[in-house]
This record gives sequence, C-alpha cells and structure tokens, in this order.
Amino acid sequence: MKVVVDYGKCTGLGICESLAPDVFEVNDDGELELKQSSVPEGQLEDVEAAVEGCPTEALRLEPDDSSADTE
Amino acid sequence: MSVEHLVVVGASLAGLRAVEAARKAGFDGRITLVGAEEHLPYDRPPLSKAFLEGDRLDGAPEIPLFRSGETFRHELDVHLMLGEPATALDPERKVVCVGQREVAYDALVLATGATARDLPGTQGLDGVHTLRTVDDAVAVRAALEGGARTVVVGAGFIGSEVAATARKRGLDVTVVETLPTPLQAAVGRTMGEICSSLHTRNATGLRCGVSVDSVEGRARVERVVLSDGSVLDADLVVVGIGAAPSTGWLAGSGLVVDDGIHCDATLWTGVEGVYAAGDVARWYNPLFDRAMRLEHWTSAAEQGARAARNALDPPTARSYSTVPYFWSDWYGSRIQFVGVADADELVIVDADPDPGSRCVALYRAGDAVAGAMTINAPTEIMKYRGMIAKRASWRDALSFAESRRAVAGVS
Repeated sequence: MKVVVDYGKCTGLGICESLAPDVFEVNDDGELELKQSSVPEGQLEDVEAAVEGCPTEALRLEPDDSSADTE
Repeated sequence: MSVEHLVVVGASLAGLRAVEAARKAGFDGRITLVGAEEHLPYDRPPLSKAFLEGDRLDGAPEIPLFRSGETFRHELDVHLMLGEPATALDPERKVVCVGQREVAYDALVLATGATARDLPGTQGLDGVHTLRTVDDAVAVRAALEGGARTVVVGAGFIGSEVAATARKRGLDVTVVETLPTPLQAAVGRTMGEICSSLHTRNATGLRCGVSVDSVEGRARVERVVLSDGSVLDADLVVVGIGAAPSTGWLAGSGLVVDDGIHCDATLWTGVEGVYAAGDVARWYNPLFDRAMRLEHWTSAAEQGARAARNALDPPTARSYSTVPYFWSDWYGSRIQFVGVADADELVIVDADPDPGSRCVALYRAGDAVAGAMTINAPTEIMKYRGMIAKRASWRDALSFAESRRAVAGVS
C-alpha cells in the first residue's frame, strides 16, 4: 500500500507524524513530508490510524499497483 | 446476546466515528444515529477559524459537513434521527427516549458532547453568542461582516480564535478574562502569558483580572460593564467561558455522572451495553494513570471508534490510551499542545528572542516528560508526543531538545 496526501486539505497538524513517524514528518514550515510513500512492513495499522486520525481527511491509502490495474 | 441494533446518541465527530467504525468492523445490523441539531454531522474546529473569515463576496460559507445524507443512508446504512435531543435513558428496558419516541438498543454509544456555558443574564439580548454550533457561527460571522465592535468574554482558545479573526477583518476587539493570566489551567501560567502576548501584539485589547458585571442594551447589546467599573461599547459579544458535558438528560439513568459520564479504560460506563465517547466521557486513561475528560478533536474521533467496537463485542474490548493533543490558530500563529500541563516544572527549551513568535516548552512530572507545547514549531511538537507515549524520561526529553537545537543551529 502507498500513502497519498491531498496537499489542498493538509494543514500540517501532525497527528499522522505522531502515529507513524517512519512515514510522516511535518517540516519547519508546517508542510507534511512523506519520508517514504510505501507503507513499511508491519506498520499498516499505524498508517491506517494516521489516515483515520487526520482532522482534514487529507490522507488516503492506495494499492501499490493502482495505476497498473485499471483498464 | 449478539447486537442487532446499535444506537449512537450524539451526531458530531465522536458519533460519526462510532457509526463508521461499526461498519468498518463488519457490523451489518441496524444503526440509529440520534442528533439534537437539525444539521448532518459537521466539523467544529473550522467554526472559530476559517468559517468566520472571508467577506460577503465569497458568499455564505458552506457548513463543514463530514458526510452527505446520501452517504449516511446508503453507504453507511444509518437511520438518522436529527433535530431532537435524547431526553432519557432507561438501561433496564434498554431504551433511549427521543421526544415522544422510544428507541430500543442492544448496544449504545453516548456521544452527546458538551454545551457552551452562557453568560448569566444575557438571554434574550441580540448580539450575544456562544460559539459551539454552526448556528452560533453563522450569527457571529454575520455580526463580524457587519463590522461589529467585538467583546470576547473569556481568553480561552475559542475566544482567542474569534478575537484573531475579528482583528483580521480590522475590527476593534477586546478580550475580557477573569483570571490574571489567560489559559492558566490549559497550559500553565508562563505559557499562558506568552500566548496572551499574541493578543497585545496584534492590537487586540486584553483585560485580565476583571469580570463582566453586566451586558447592557435595549433589544441588542450596546455595552459591557466590567467589575472595575469600566465600560466597553459593543455590537457583538462572544462568550467563550467553557463548556459543560451534556449529561442532564441522563438523570435517573443509574449511570455515574460527575463532570462527564464515568467510564473505565474501555469506555464502558459500567451499565450493560452502554459506552461513552468524546467530550461527554470521563474515562480512565491508562497512559497517565488517571481519569480524564477531554474536549479535543483527536480523542473524540478515536474514542467514538473505540467505543463502538467495544460496544459491539465487549469480551474483546480494548482500552483507550492517548496523549492528549490540541491545536489552536491565532493571528497566523499555530499553537500546539501534547500531554498534560499540570506539571512540576516547565522549561522553555527553544525560543526566538520573542517567544510569542516561536517557542518550544516542555512540562515535567516527576522524572518523566508529561507535556510539550509549541508556538510556530510544527516540526518539533509531534516528536514529543511520541516520547510522552513511550513514557520517556525528563532527561531524555531535555537531551533530545538539545540535539534539535544543534540541528537547527547548523542548518
């Protein structure tokens, strides 16, 4: 699974960073950066919690091969 | 007995998340969502921020609805009962009363939230508003658009956000606070003082240590008289003096209610099938080894989901632990807080010469880090939330802060 950020919605509140710090980090300017876009092994639950915990609903998970699978 | 009908009372964030979590967990029975307001569930944080901004040319702002009615009815398959509050709970018969109707439940999540406190003696006077609901926000916004001279009663987070928005519109604003220092209970005296400097720097009047004697006017508010005899002319008074958990309707239910519905770590009320979540719940937070009642977005969302999952399957109920988190936006500055503030010591570990423009503060409880607060340091705050969750020592927190300063110093 990979993480997708809607930067139009994200305001850098950082709840995702506190739940899955290997994937998310808010930078000094308050912008969210993805340290990696693929969900690391064993961290799916944390990343799902981050997606659910986003107050601006700016995060979603997509299958890695989402583009390859469409017709 | 397995659950066939889940009833959720309270149609705000915690109630929404209860419904969604139930479906996500595979529950295919009936769900009823009861809400006192006529509106579909909507998000409250924007009401004191973006919702109040902009001008008439932008048109009326949209209500920040979480989901469409269509989504509730079809995707989530939820029966909505909106526009009337629940008035009684009979746990013997497993029935919730809503107006003249009785709604029978197998599992129940109570998420009725909190009600903004009124200023006594202001009922019936136009131009005096609390700010909790979207209807409140519509009225406050209209007054701001009309160029109202604004008095905010209470220098808490919501009142401060309103003051900041009014200043952004160029309006005259005065904030009145009974305590000598704003936000003392929420963030401690030192950080309360630093926060309040944001008001004065932005030319918002700040009157601390005085209370409101009376709010006067014929049909509309005209002035606010303070306890020191001074008078503030006003077209709009926004009252931000806190909220009380909405538990009045539970009188006689047998639930233990004292500043919130008492729950154990799994959000169970002690009454079969009945769980609570959000602002109304006073639950035992294992991470801090104490009962807490939070009025924060994050805990409301998480508790709603957890309460529903636990209510649907009590034998596998999981406890809910959290490091409290809240944020507030004033005058373009972002204030963020994690943990608890009633600590033994506060140390400002990093700050600009003017700490109101940027600072990082840590709170110590015993030999552990218990809280952290930042102003305009968004890359710092969540690192401490992680440390608090892991019960990191005070020494480790201080040396981590030291390493962060070193990193910042070389960049």
